Amino acid sequence: MPVSRLSEAFAAAKAEHRAALVAYVMAGDPLLETCAAILDALPGAGVDVIELGFPFTDPMADGPSIQRAGIRALKNQVTLKKTLALAAGFRAKHPTTPLIVMGYLNPVETLGYQAFATLAAESGVDGAIIVDAPPEEDRDLRAAMQANELALIRLATPTTDARRLPKVVEGVSGFVYYVSVAGITGDKAIETADIAEAVAAVRQASGLPVAVGFGIKTPEAAARTAQIADGVVVGSALVDVIAQAHETGADAAQAAAAFCQSLAHAIAQARQEPSA
Amino acid sequence: MDARNSWGSYPDAEGRFGNFGGRFVAETLMPNILALQEAYEQAKSDPAFLETLDIFLRDYVGRPSPLYFAERLSAHFGGAKIYFKRDELNHTGAHKINNCMGQIFLAMRMGKTRIIAETGAGQHGVATATVCARFGLPCVVYMGAKDVDRQSPNVFRMKLLGAEVRPVDAGTATLKDAMNEALRDWVTNVKDTFYIIGTVAGPHPYPQLVRDFQSVIGRETRQQMLEREGRLPDALVACIGGGSNAIGLFHPFLEDEQVKIYGVEAAGHGIETGLHAAALTGGRPGVLHGNRTYLLQDDDGQIIDAHSISAGLDYPGVGPEHAFLKDTGRATYLSATDEEALEAFQLCARLEGILPALEPSHALARVGEIAKDVGKGGIVVMNLCGRGDKDIFTIANALGAKI
Repeated sequence: MPVSRLSEAFAAAKAEHRAALVAYVMAGDPLLETCAAILDALPGAGVDVIELGFPFTDPMADGPSIQRAGIRALKNQVTLKKTLALAAGFRAKHPTTPLIVMGYLNPVETLGYQAFATLAAESGVDGAIIVDAPPEEDRDLRAAMQANELALIRLATPTTDARRLPKVVEGVSGFVYYVSVAGITGDKAIETADIAEAVAAVRQASGLPVAVGFGIKTPEAAARTAQIADGVVVGSALVDVIAQAHETGADAAQAAAAFCQSLAHAIAQARQEPSA
Repeated sequence: MDARNSWGSYPDAEGRFGNFGGRFVAETLMPNILALQEAYEQAKSDPAFLETLDIFLRDYVGRPSPLYFAERLSAHFGGAKIYFKRDELNHTGAHKINNCMGQIFLAMRMGKTRIIAETGAGQHGVATATVCARFGLPCVVYMGAKDVDRQSPNVFRMKLLGAEVRPVDAGTATLKDAMNEALRDWVTNVKDTFYIIGTVAGPHPYPQLVRDFQSVIGRETRQQMLEREGRLPDALVACIGGGSNAIGLFHPFLEDEQVKIYGVEAAGHGIETGLHAAALTGGRPGVLHGNRTYLLQDDDGQIIDAHSISAGLDYPGVGPEHAFLKDTGRATYLSATDEEALEAFQLCARLEGILPALEPSHALARVGEIAKDVGKGGIVVMNLCGRGDKDIFTIANALGAKI
């Protein structure tokens, strides 16, 4: 029951009175085998949910870090199918940590919605985030995902107003990803106070956990977000840590794990301390 | 439904032309796109908006553009009479300003205070910079670094007009990458910024509103043709990159089923080489830049680089309405190679005393065959959508000349 793997992860974090740590890595970055080692290290480093990006030549909502990661992945000839194979390898070793794939629609269209959903389910994937498939355009994909008990996670943003929110949360499952700034991934530091209210509204409208991402780069920022969100998503900063380790000849999996541990630790402490 | 009524009814409420079009954008942009749609619906039925636009098209752009009988070129091919719709005579030298004029009024109507645009050949960038200068709005133009190099006269023109030109090094450093970067800017500055898209692509309502603003080309052609020849033409021909000049000419004739419609894509080094920009001829449907349309792409759905001597046609997609016109068979899409376009350019220069842009030179490369096919006594209209001044360095280079 893949959707429940997501629910259980968020429920477990909640039981521990903390936010879940959601970590994004790009499939096949910096190398296919290194990426497998990174994925393997994440659950032990306190990561509750894994977002595995699949590359696209034209990532129009991503900032420089994830753009570069996508280019590296494409150079390594990573495809959507190879991304799902990577997920399957992870699932064989880690039966409980939820893993969702994230990317753009065209590779999914090319594979076919049905084929994608079937293959994703067979690979032990729990859901997907498709950045350029807003509610207006995701009906057929959502049906294919639902038929395979997979979550199609929607994005809510600061521009999603009260009039639009019901449309965004209609038919959602898993969790809702709140994009905390209007902008591209990794763009700016976030203002926690601005988003607390929005997160509460999305949580109430969807009845699901709300993970907050975009612009969370440090343990301190992760801790501030953890005080108001059910999940904290770290993407660009982790991708940069991996890239830097790879470039300097360090162990990328170890570097990724160390960075995630620092985030997980900060998140675990966040609600024990009085809010600033 | 009566076919005469059906073509004009697209796109539908969801922005679809059959299976094509739509609104495939990140959630951050959705509210803005819906607001744009609402603003456009109101504007297009507001007589004051339309009247102001008409006055600026007449007094500032220089419309109507002439419909010119290309007598010597017609005699050269020995078939139908060939007319040029002279949109290269517009202010700024191409059809692009028709659309920019419409969109700048929409932007001001929506209270936006900053304008961004993407450009390939630089014609749309120059047109956007021009209307921004005229109405006193700051303007940022994203342009692929490769295009910045090969279209340097237009880069300088934009700067003279007060625009900031931001070269884009990402990806292939051409038009598609400029569009990615413009979309990223828009996602980041969604509140105050209006994105003037230059072609009939992007998320709904752009393909519709750009088409509507460009349809002045076809409306004028229709009237001028009736005045001159007392009948409609037998065929229309236009080049296709994104396809805005083409849809502008075609759209007012879609319901006249006797009028044959031909689009000409850029075949680059040849379709068989894989190095081309002919999405309709050599691509398949997919999703890019907010719409579903024909795209150059590999087996994994990754976008393949387009190749064309013409920066304005160097794009791996095409407007969704063209995809629809292809699949329904209403229009026929041909292609012309770099070499054929260069030959057609020289032929037009020598026979008609007109230096066409490299973009319409692709249409010129097929117009002879179409004129022969239509035959003597027939009439063909080709959209001469841009002038060639901007291309002289590229052409000199291709012909091995030094200037």
